[in-house]
Amino acid sequence: MTTTLTIEGLNAWFGSDQILSDVHMSIRPQSVTAIIGPSGCGKSTLLRCINRMHEEVRDARTSGKILLDGNDIFAGDPVDIRREIGMVFQRPNPFPTMSVLENAVAGLRLRGRYPKAMLQERAEKALRSAGLWDEVKDRLSQPGARLSGGQQQRLCIARALANEPEVLLMDEPASALDPISTQQIEDTVMKLKDTVTVVIVTHNMQQAARISDETAFMLREHMDRPSELVEFGDTKLLFTTPQDKRTEAYITGRFG
Amino acid sequence: MTDVVVQSAARLRSVSGRKLKSRVFEAFMWLAGVIALVPLFLIVGYVLFRGIPALNPDFFTQTAPPPGLPGGGMAQGMMGSAMIVGLAIVISVPLGILTAIYLSEYGRGRLASITRFVAEILLSTPSIVAGAFIWAIVVTATRTFSAAAGSIALTVLMWPIITRGAEETLRLVPDDLREAALALGVPRWKVIVSIVLPTAGPGIFTVVMLSIARGLGETAPVLLTALGNDFMNYNLGQPTDAVPLRIYTYAQSPIIAWHDLAWGGAIVLLAVVLTLSIGARILSDRQQRRLR
Amino acid sequence: MPQDPSTADDRPAEAPVTRRLRIGDGIFRSTSVVVSAALIVLLIGMLGVLLATALPTFRTFGLKFVIGTQWNPITDQFGALPYIYGTLMTSAIAIVLALPVSLGLALLLNEVRSSIVRNPLTVLVDLLAAIPSVVYGLWGIFVMAPVLNDTLEPALGNTLGRIPGIGALFQPTTSAGNMLNAGIILAVMVIPIITAVSREVIAIVPTDLREAALALGATRYETIKMAVLPYARNGLVGATMLGLGRALGETIAVAMLIGNGLGISASLLAPGYTIPAVIANEFREATAIGLHRSSLLALAVILVLIALVLAAASRMLVRNTAERFAVKPEEVSTTLEMP
Repeated sequence: MTTTLTIEGLNAWFGSDQILSDVHMSIRPQSVTAIIGPSGCGKSTLLRCINRMHEEVRDARTSGKILLDGNDIFAGDPVDIRREIGMVFQRPNPFPTMSVLENAVAGLRLRGRYPKAMLQERAEKALRSAGLWDEVKDRLSQPGARLSGGQQQRLCIARALANEPEVLLMDEPASALDPISTQQIEDTVMKLKDTVTVVIVTHNMQQAARISDETAFMLREHMDRPSELVEFGDTKLLFTTPQDKRTEAYITGRFG
Repeated sequence: MTDVVVQSAARLRSVSGRKLKSRVFEAFMWLAGVIALVPLFLIVGYVLFRGIPALNPDFFTQTAPPPGLPGGGMAQGMMGSAMIVGLAIVISVPLGILTAIYLSEYGRGRLASITRFVAEILLSTPSIVAGAFIWAIVVTATRTFSAAAGSIALTVLMWPIITRGAEETLRLVPDDLREAALALGVPRWKVIVSIVLPTAGPGIFTVVMLSIARGLGETAPVLLTALGNDFMNYNLGQPTDAVPLRIYTYAQSPIIAWHDLAWGGAIVLLAVVLTLSIGARILSDRQQRRLR
Repeated sequence: MPQDPSTADDRPAEAPVTRRLRIGDGIFRSTSVVVSAALIVLLIGMLGVLLATALPTFRTFGLKFVIGTQWNPITDQFGALPYIYGTLMTSAIAIVLALPVSLGLALLLNEVRSSIVRNPLTVLVDLLAAIPSVVYGLWGIFVMAPVLNDTLEPALGNTLGRIPGIGALFQPTTSAGNMLNAGIILAVMVIPIITAVSREVIAIVPTDLREAALALGATRYETIKMAVLPYARNGLVGATMLGLGRALGETIAVAMLIGNGLGISASLLAPGYTIPAVIANEFREATAIGLHRSSLLALAVILVLIALVLAAASRMLVRNTAERFAVKPEEVSTTLEMP
């Protein structure tokens, strides 16, 4: 089963400030797509549009279409979309009053009453995919917030994976973590791409170059104009032979 | 996909059921909003409806009518309110601001935390208790109810309010301003008086406005200390009337004409109090935007 | 005059101007210290005076004052129970009615995403708080009570009043003033404060948790249940207690609607009497001869004690929620005095 995710003519605003204008993008299924660019270029906004989190903020608006398997995600209830498109945030946010196990299956339990054995099984599967199982298998009933930063983030990844989404969105998932945890997360992402389509926003170019198959470069040159999707293509090509001068300038570190 | 396999062992909730529950809850939240605000419109509406007809020049110039006789007004109440609240402001504003200055600019030790704690306690004290306190001590000692006693009772209530509000406003003044002035050799007290206070000025003015609104609306403490008066009184040492007292008395009397006067008093009181409250809010929003 | 050590100088003789400014500093600081101390003295004085004047009553009746049911200035028999009962009962009615409304409204104010709706709503709630108590009472007497007495209360009497057990709560009486009316007007008065504090407490809960829940596909309701309420719970209880404290101390509107009938009646539709109401109604005739005056003040002492305990507990709970999310407790405003 291949997932198709296409963005068509997407616009996004915060109040009267238009961040995104007429963005078109076709995400390759079962792969890792990275979105890079300097701070404030709208990459997080773009990501958050995909699972309709952008609208949840005060005075935020979107227009345009995003097609998941041919269906416009804006056409229905956001609750349905978020079943298929999961998200991991920049700062780990496990639920403090829930245990590791309860965190992992939080999404499942929203949908019904599952027998305990099944929850354990799904939790284990998700935690293994997130590369966290061995570290927490004896600690499943401890509060989720007691884990270390890197572990918490992997718990959040497991929590998102337990829903078995088609797409996983990651908003700078490693930026708040130490290098070792970052490495673990990158390894996890690489292993995921067979089952899930990953879209990851990162400010770390080397990370994008390491783990992604395709990369999109965004730029907002003036604060009173929306940002632009400057270039989008195969990662290796983008980093070795960028088409746009601005991409080249960013990659070679001349700004951002 | 996997849910089909799982269905035999798990009891799933239908998505539409969950969404319905959420919609119902959202409706409940909106209903709560409506329920909370309907009284506001009903009350203001009714006060306008019954109060406007009661307003005429007599209302503002005449004093309390004897029972059965037509006409009359609430002039003595308005004068009394002005006197009592006016004196209360004169006393409590300096006290309140000085306390706030201590807490914000000087206080770092035990005295400061105790003061803050005391202010919180006084803020939580029911207003009738403040009235009972002044009744027990001032009215008893002077053997008379008086406007001054009323002002003192209001001070007990207003002092902590002004202190708390003023302290918050003073804290909003950026430290850079203070440090820059101190570095220039300006003595601390001058920094406070000439720089910090003026900067916090609008905020403190807002606090005072709200305290006035509060003082004008208080009935219980003024009842126990100033008692009320059918006649105009300019003597701070004598029983004095206040608009809320009049409304309280007239509303519970059997005389219909007095009910009309009560509504008239209510509209005047409400107009002043709401104007002060809304004005304070507008000023404070503007001040917050400036300091940001 | 205490000198600020940072300005202690080891320079040779200072100019008169500097000395004058330094003295100015000392005077100013001392003044503010004295005034702050005066506030403390004021509180101690208030509690002291109340206790001292109430002492004769406590000495005569001891703790039986609290459970006594007779209140007769002529025979000098005084018992606080009917008033304690009325005070607690009307406040309880108020809280039971106000709590769901306040909570719903506080959640609404946090959930509404467009500023065009949120800001006016907030302003309106604050306006509700600004209306003086006597105006509530006036409206209650002439508008609300007659309507309720003619419609709601007979209806309650005919329906719930017939159920054995709780039916006793709803036995109709002929009195125009009753505890239910007083409780209802109290509820309206108390809604703004509970809403305001609850709103602040809910706003403290980090958005991370809400976003985590939403991203998992939770509905609005599930998000609130899962990612907001568990963390705001203590603060919400604190907000309720603050409202309860206000309700207990409210005098005028209650006095105007409660019927001022002495006696403990099971029915909410019967008149009642609260501590603030009896103080307001009897202070004029309460002379120092006999125990009338000291009994009224003893009631005040009881009221203050209850109010202070509630206030302390509520601030502790609100603080608790603030500290959990590393917000300075002073930043959570617990009064409506500041807009």
